[in-house]
Amino acid sequence: MNNFRKYATVLLGFCWLLLGLPALAQTTSDIPMADQFRADGKIYVVIAVVSVILLGIVVFLFMLDKKLSRLEKQIKG
Amino acid sequence: MKNWWKYVTVLLLFYTVIAGFLTETPRLAILNESIRNLYFHVPMWFGMTVILTVSMVYSIKYLANPTIQNDIMAKEAANVGILYGILGLGTGMVWAKYTWGDWWVNDPKLNGAAIGMLIYFAYLVLRSSFAEQQQRARISAVYNIFAFVALIPLLFILPRLTDSLHPGNGGNPGFGAYDLDNNMRLVFYPAVLGWIGLAFWLLNLRSRAEKINNRLHEQF
Repeated sequence: MNNFRKYATVLLGFCWLLLGLPALAQTTSDIPMADQFRADGKIYVVIAVVSVILLGIVVFLFMLDKKLSRLEKQIKG
Repeated sequence: MKNWWKYVTVLLLFYTVIAGFLTETPRLAILNESIRNLYFHVPMWFGMTVILTVSMVYSIKYLANPTIQNDIMAKEAANVGILYGILGLGTGMVWAKYTWGDWWVNDPKLNGAAIGMLIYFAYLVLRSSFAEQQQRARISAVYNIFAFVALIPLLFILPRLTDSLHPGNGGNPGFGAYDLDNNMRLVFYPAVLGWIGLAFWLLNLRSRAEKINNRLHEQF
């Protein structure tokens, strides 16, 4: 009878612990991120837009740089 | 080729934009995807600090050797620093609105940054109040040194001594402590270098334009 109580207690205790398993599933899906957005491929639209803006600004800076170099040469001569 | 660093800067900035949006980030509550702002908002302040250090160095150089080139470098570096500071405040305010709930909070880091910006705005006002070039350069060089010496405690010391919402201050762990895993560092460090490189390029362009301007006015 005592042995049965012991095993029953251990089994019951183990069952309580099993209830904690769903906590492990919280590592990825509980915090909302832009997962669907990325799955739809829309992130590439964001990257493309920002890259176009960056490219425009960079080209402008290079042209400005060239213009200054030309003026510096003129002044030297 | 002597402009190699400009091309490297451009590459780093494109890498920041592409990898910044594509790579994985930690999934954290409240921040969600806005954690990627780390690649843009924080480098603004790194860039500002570096370029304002350069500005102070040129102010010291001017006091030792009063050439107009030194004055031009000090002033234009301060200009770029102020630009980066304004962008840092702006990006920070947008980030704050959607994470902390308000555009501005009564926080020592934010207030310190705002006061620091005001001190540098006053530098610009000071410069415009002198008609004579040498006097302007000398007085503003002295002010610039004091401005930088005031900026450092405002931004980096005071916020750490008291309560603050801002990461890295007031007992909060910095982003590096737990949010910034190794994945983010792969983008963050190149981003910092890229944005600092851009600050130097802007300084390069502005100072060259000013020097040309100065030479033209000399001749007439």
